[in-house]
Amino acid sequence: MALNASAVADTFPKLLIRNAHLYGSRPSMRHKDLGVWQTWTWEQVLELVRAYAVGLNRLGLKRGETIAIVGANRPKLYWSVMAAQMLGAVPVPVYSDAVADELCFVLAHAEARYAAVEDQEQIDKLQSVAERLPKLTLMIYDEKRGLRDYDHARLRSMDDVIDEGRKALADPAVGAWLDAEIAAGKGSDPSIILYTSGTTGASKGVVLTGERSIKAASDTVVFDKLNENDVALAYLPLAWVGDHYLNYAQGMVAGFCTACPESADTAMSDLREIGPSFYFAPPRTLELLLTRVMIRMEDAGLLKRKLFHYFIGVARRYGERILNGQPVGLIGRLLYGLGNILLYAPLKNVLGFSRVRVAYTAGEAIGPDLFAFYRSIGLNLKQLYGQTEAFLYVTAQPDGEIYSDTVGPACPNVEIRIAENGEVLFRSPGMFSGYFKDAAKTAEAMTPDGFVKTGDAGFFDEKTGHLKIIDRAKDVGRLNDGTLFPPKYIENKLKFYPNIREVVALGDKHDFVCVMLNIDLTAVGSWAERNNVVYGSYQELAGHPLVYDMIEKHVAEANRSLAADKVMAGAQIKRFLILHKELDADDGELTRTQKVRRGFIAERYAPLIKALYDGSKEADISTEVTFEDGRKGIISARVKIRDIKIEPAAAPMGKAA
Amino acid sequence: MRAPGGPEVAVGDVLLSVENVSLSFGGVTAVSDVSFDIRKGEIRAIIGPNGAGKTSMLNVINGFYTPQQGRITFKGETRSKMRPHDAAHGGIARTFQNVALFRGMTALDNIMAGRTLKMHKNFFWQLLRYGPAMAEEVEHRHVVEEIIEFLKIQEIRRTPVGRLPYGLQKRVELGRALAMEPELLLLDEPMAGMNIEEKEDMSRFVLDVNGHFGTTIALIEHDMGVVMDLSDRVVVLDHGIKIADGTPDEMKKNQAVIDAYLGVAH
Repeated sequence: MALNASAVADTFPKLLIRNAHLYGSRPSMRHKDLGVWQTWTWEQVLELVRAYAVGLNRLGLKRGETIAIVGANRPKLYWSVMAAQMLGAVPVPVYSDAVADELCFVLAHAEARYAAVEDQEQIDKLQSVAERLPKLTLMIYDEKRGLRDYDHARLRSMDDVIDEGRKALADPAVGAWLDAEIAAGKGSDPSIILYTSGTTGASKGVVLTGERSIKAASDTVVFDKLNENDVALAYLPLAWVGDHYLNYAQGMVAGFCTACPESADTAMSDLREIGPSFYFAPPRTLELLLTRVMIRMEDAGLLKRKLFHYFIGVARRYGERILNGQPVGLIGRLLYGLGNILLYAPLKNVLGFSRVRVAYTAGEAIGPDLFAFYRSIGLNLKQLYGQTEAFLYVTAQPDGEIYSDTVGPACPNVEIRIAENGEVLFRSPGMFSGYFKDAAKTAEAMTPDGFVKTGDAGFFDEKTGHLKIIDRAKDVGRLNDGTLFPPKYIENKLKFYPNIREVVALGDKHDFVCVMLNIDLTAVGSWAERNNVVYGSYQELAGHPLVYDMIEKHVAEANRSLAADKVMAGAQIKRFLILHKELDADDGELTRTQKVRRGFIAERYAPLIKALYDGSKEADISTEVTFEDGRKGIISARVKIRDIKIEPAAAPMGKAA
Repeated sequence: MRAPGGPEVAVGDVLLSVENVSLSFGGVTAVSDVSFDIRKGEIRAIIGPNGAGKTSMLNVINGFYTPQQGRITFKGETRSKMRPHDAAHGGIARTFQNVALFRGMTALDNIMAGRTLKMHKNFFWQLLRYGPAMAEEVEHRHVVEEIIEFLKIQEIRRTPVGRLPYGLQKRVELGRALAMEPELLLLDEPMAGMNIEEKEDMSRFVLDVNGHFGTTIALIEHDMGVVMDLSDRVVVLDHGIKIADGTPDEMKKNQAVIDAYLGVAH
């Protein structure tokens, strides 16, 4: 059986050869080029990658060396990963939207002599920091556009490298040499280095080995019953552990087809055309999709709007129970069936979810309403918890055991332990072998008995046996009166409102809780249009009194929900403000995975925080911003601050049930 | 410096020349006794204050207006007037100051429309969309898709252009002109009404068209920064009269040009 064979293949190149034998003429990769989906079978991919590997070797890439991979999800970049692994070299994918400095840090730290890049944009970025990267000798590019006037001494086209290798492979001795190279690869060799996104300071290079990666992926492939008939759309950053695991590793182990979108902007329509059967989206993307659907429904005709709201109500009542296989009455089933014909199926089709069998979300807490919405229309959306050091999975929800506020029980062969300070520790088959060139940090991240410290605080829910994550262990703070203050918990309560995009909660070592937030320009902008609120920029809309009124209602509601929970009643929000600019990864306020960098923000917005706590009604702030092309500018504003009523803690009457 | 394999364009041979052209509408003189030439492979800018006769000049070149006097020589052939379809068949394409697209059609169909001249199968075959007509359409679609990729407008392929923002409409219009595979591309204020970012993108595309396809470009533009960065040579008109002709650097120092733009104290 296929899965037994994977036990023999302990590196990805060996797995590729196995797939070419087992699934030879089945699609391995698709990419939309010139408006048409192009397909490569496993056999073709093997041939290409072999030629590419030989070509790279001719350019001097050797076992143990690193090669940076910079760009969007394109077949040739995935093949660059495969070709490097075939030679025993270690690919180091880098976030393609990183600014030059961030690229420079990773490439310098990884000591990359080679870089496989997507296009001119990435080459420009690397050349702008070339003097800080003395080791970088050659860039191999996919897209030749705009490069005609460049000095080609340090540049090579991928096509040329592959052609070169193909010519060399005409000599059987070269083929035999390559076979020997593949056979010489050991499962314990590093197979890839993934740099963490830097939520907790500078990013670290997580070294993963082939054997462990394949073991982890084999477990989840069985867990979710994935096989060679599945299809996934690779639209999340190549450098992120999620993409490498869900698409690359699982694709190799299960032999399924990975489709690459035409461009980042077309991912939505490509999703619809490809109709994947395995899908992953961070909560943020799901939220964005739902917001878009809701906005378009607001603009639809009366009949359509009524139909939509009625059947969404039906789905809310019965959908999840039907999906979970629980008993539902005849009328419920009939209504849901009708709704499926009229609304759910067409809606899923528009969103590209028609064929999705397994969908996951992770990375952040997901709003219960949001989660329920997708499940109620029949999308098998589940949650998982993981991190780069684990090679993604630590826990995952099995089919039929789905809760919006848990992340599921431990995955097969994963051991989890909760430390005394509440930190989650795990030991898993896919766990990393160490941080690249940083033994001290590696030792710090491990317990003496070989468990990895996740840095997240959590506990096992007694009722379901699932793990619940509340916050980063080191972020859980206390107010001056000793009340527990988990900032993320409070932020998430607010972020579940579609009008609110980003929230920063403050309160550790202070007397009370305050929040600074970003409105969602799409949702609030559309609301403004319908309510004749005129605005010229984000800043103007954010400062509008009517917008403040609207957000005030949301915050008051969040307070009521906090008050309902005895432990959290003391951490209600007393004051809030709407920031004059959107938090942005280019300004260092968010990580590349769009997580808030609290410490940095506290420093940058110090005048606002001071004003929040000294009772001022407004405050002046000016901040430096970085534009997409790297230039800098200053934004100044006067930001208003509002007070919110604190709700009394929940009366001890308690609700029924 | 051009990449090996790219089209070799020898800048220097005269592609089009305008000699002593005069054009008037009733008593209003739009262009008077203007002569200049456009060389193969160059980017030639036509600048001047409002009402200088720039757009009239472009209209004369592609045959939309017939000058009362003067001659136009295109690819060695001299005519007293150029008719629009001669211009199009001869390889002159243009974009308009105010976007002139089919607003109800998709971006793809608009660009496809630019291929009409290159389609040879007769109307009935095309109506049937069968056999040779289909093969021809597929071939043209391939060219159009290359243009779509070149201009990075994949995500709006199926969007009716009326729904697109102005900057993208301009890009689609450029795409339609490119679909004719022109030898000479006339751009009438390609960056008008754009913000800095859109202007930079558009400049990039203009340079890429010139470099990648070797297309000769004549453009009218008001943004002096853009003109100075893009063009090889500049001709300056004022009140229908040519007042200067030369490289961008020469124009910057030319007193007549400075006076025309800034006005003179009387």
